[in-house]
Amino acid sequence: MNSGLLQKNEETAFRLRGLYRSYGYQPYKMSKFEEYDLYVRNKSFLLSENILTFTDLDGKLMALKPDVTLSILKNGRSGPGLQKVYYSENVYRPSATAGGFREIPQTGLECIGSLDAAAEGEVLMLAAKSLAAISPEYLLDVSHQGFVAGLLEGLDLPETARRRAMEAMGAKNAPALEGLAGEGLLPEKAAKALSRLALLYDRPAPALAALEPLAENQRMAAALAELKELCALMEQRGLAEHLRLDFSIANDMNYYSGVVFRGFVPGLAAGVLAGGRYDHLLHRMGRQGGAIGFAVYLDQLERFGAPSRDEVDVLVLYDDSVSAARVAAETDALVAAGQTVRAERQKPEAGYKRLLDLRKEGREG
Amino acid sequence: MNMVNIALPKGRLGETVYRSFKAAGYACPSIEEENRKLVFENPEAGVRYFWVKPSDVSIYVERGAADVGVAGKDILLEYQPDVYELADLDVGRCRMCVAAKADFRDGGARTLRVATKFPRIARGYYASLSRDIDVIKLNGSIELAPLLGLSDVIVDIVETGRTLAENGLEVKAEVVPVSARLIANKVSWKFKNGAIRRMARLLAESAAAQKEEQA
Repeated sequence: MNSGLLQKNEETAFRLRGLYRSYGYQPYKMSKFEEYDLYVRNKSFLLSENILTFTDLDGKLMALKPDVTLSILKNGRSGPGLQKVYYSENVYRPSATAGGFREIPQTGLECIGSLDAAAEGEVLMLAAKSLAAISPEYLLDVSHQGFVAGLLEGLDLPETARRRAMEAMGAKNAPALEGLAGEGLLPEKAAKALSRLALLYDRPAPALAALEPLAENQRMAAALAELKELCALMEQRGLAEHLRLDFSIANDMNYYSGVVFRGFVPGLAAGVLAGGRYDHLLHRMGRQGGAIGFAVYLDQLERFGAPSRDEVDVLVLYDDSVSAARVAAETDALVAAGQTVRAERQKPEAGYKRLLDLRKEGREG
Repeated sequence: MNMVNIALPKGRLGETVYRSFKAAGYACPSIEEENRKLVFENPEAGVRYFWVKPSDVSIYVERGAADVGVAGKDILLEYQPDVYELADLDVGRCRMCVAAKADFRDGGARTLRVATKFPRIARGYYASLSRDIDVIKLNGSIELAPLLGLSDVIVDIVETGRTLAENGLEVKAEVVPVSARLIANKVSWKFKNGAIRRMARLLAESAAAQKEEQA
C-alpha cells in the first residue's frame, strides 16, 4: 500500500490499532450516542459540562459522546481477569477557540480489573510506544496523584486554598505558591514542597532521588514506590530515555487516583496523549478493582509536519481534437508505469511535475 | 535552530521588559536600533524577539508560536491561557481596582453596573462577594462610563491614579495587584527545558537584584 495516501492521523490510528492488538487488547466498538442521563450523573468526571444533545424518536434525551471511557465502564463486565480494550472513536466537545463543538478523533485503550505493576507497566509502555509511532522525539511525562494528595494530607486546607494551590501547581507557578503561604492559606513548609514538586522535571533516576526526601508519610511513600517500579519496568524495556517526571500534571484530584501521564511531541503546541489511573470513576459506576487507560488525540496530528502537496506526476491536457480513447490510453499507460496522472481540458490550480499536452496547439507551440 | 522565541508586549512595558532580558544576558543589538522589522534575532544568546499587542502575548505563547512571553497578570487572569507562569518580573506594577465617582456609594440595593475591559475578572471579583452585577464590556476610555452614567463603577488598571483624580473618580477597592509575568508554552518548556529554565532563573535573579538596589 502506498503510505503517502494515508494522512498522518489515519496512518497513526492504523499503527496504534496494530500495537494494541499485539498486546491482546480487544477492539471495542460503541454506538455514537449515549443517554444524556449518564453524563449528568457523572458530570464531575467530564472535562466540560457542555454536551451536544438531541431528542431521539422515542423522546429520550440523547448525547453525542463527549467521552469514551464512561461508555466503556458502563457497558463493561466485571468478570474474572482484566478487561483490556482499545477503541478508535470520535468524541464531541466544545472548543473555546473554534467557538462551538468540535469532533475529535480519539484512539486509546483501557485496562480494568485487579491491576498490578505488570498491567500498569504494560499500559505505560503502550503509551510510550503510541507516542513513538507519531514522533521518535516524543516525551512522556509521568506523575502520581497519590504523592501530591499525600503532601496535602492532614493539612486540612479550605477548598479555595486547595484549588488555588492546585492551579498554581498546574502552571508551575512557584511565586503563587509562595504567595499562598504569605496569605496564610498554606503552611510555609507545604508551599516549599509543592513548589519543588511543581518545578521538578527530570529523567526518572535523578527525579526519583529528588523525591525521596519529600516523601513524609505512608501515602507518599507508596506512590513513590509505585513510580519507582514503573520506571524500572520502562528502563528494562529501553523506554526510560523518553520518560520525565512532572508533578504539575498531577493536579486533577477529581478524576485521577494514581499514576498520571501526558505525552508530547515536538512541533505540536499541546499534548497529544493523556491518561492515568482513574479508580474513583470505576467505583462510582459500581465496579470493583482499578482502571487505567489513555487516549491519543488524533485531531492534533493534522498539524504535524509539512502540509502535503496535492501534486500529480503528469498533467495530461486535451481538447476536442483528441479522442476520448486516446486520453484513456495515455492516462492508463502512465498509471500502469507507476505515475500519478490527472487529465484536464484546462490547467487546474493543483500542481504537477510534468506536462503531457495532447492538444494540437500544445504540440505546435 | 534551537532558539527561544520570545513574544514581548509592544509599548512601554515591553521596553522595560526588554531591559530586564538584557540585564539577564539576553541582549539583542538589532532590537535597539530604530527600524520597522518585526523579528529580531541574536543567535549567540539563542534568542529571537518579536513585538506583539500586549493582549495577544498569551495567545502566541499558548499556541506555541512563541516559546515564552511576557504578559501582565491582568491579561493572564482575563484570558486564562493554558501556559506555565514561571516568574514575576517585578516590572509594570499596578493594581486592578474598582473605581467610581468620589461621591458614589454602593448601597447594594440595585444591580451594580460595571464597565470594564476585563469582564472575566470583574465577574469573578463580584461573584466572590455574591454581588449581582451587569457587566458592560468596553474597549477603551473606561473612565468615561461613570461620568456619563453608563455605569456605576469601573474595574480597570490603576497605575498612578492621576487619570482617575482628574476626572473626579477614586479607587473604591483593590481587586488584585498586577505585574508582568514570564509565561511559557507547556510543550516548549519540555523540549527546550534547559534554555527556558535558565532564562526564568536569570530573569528572576536579575529582578530580585534590581529590587534590592531600589530598596
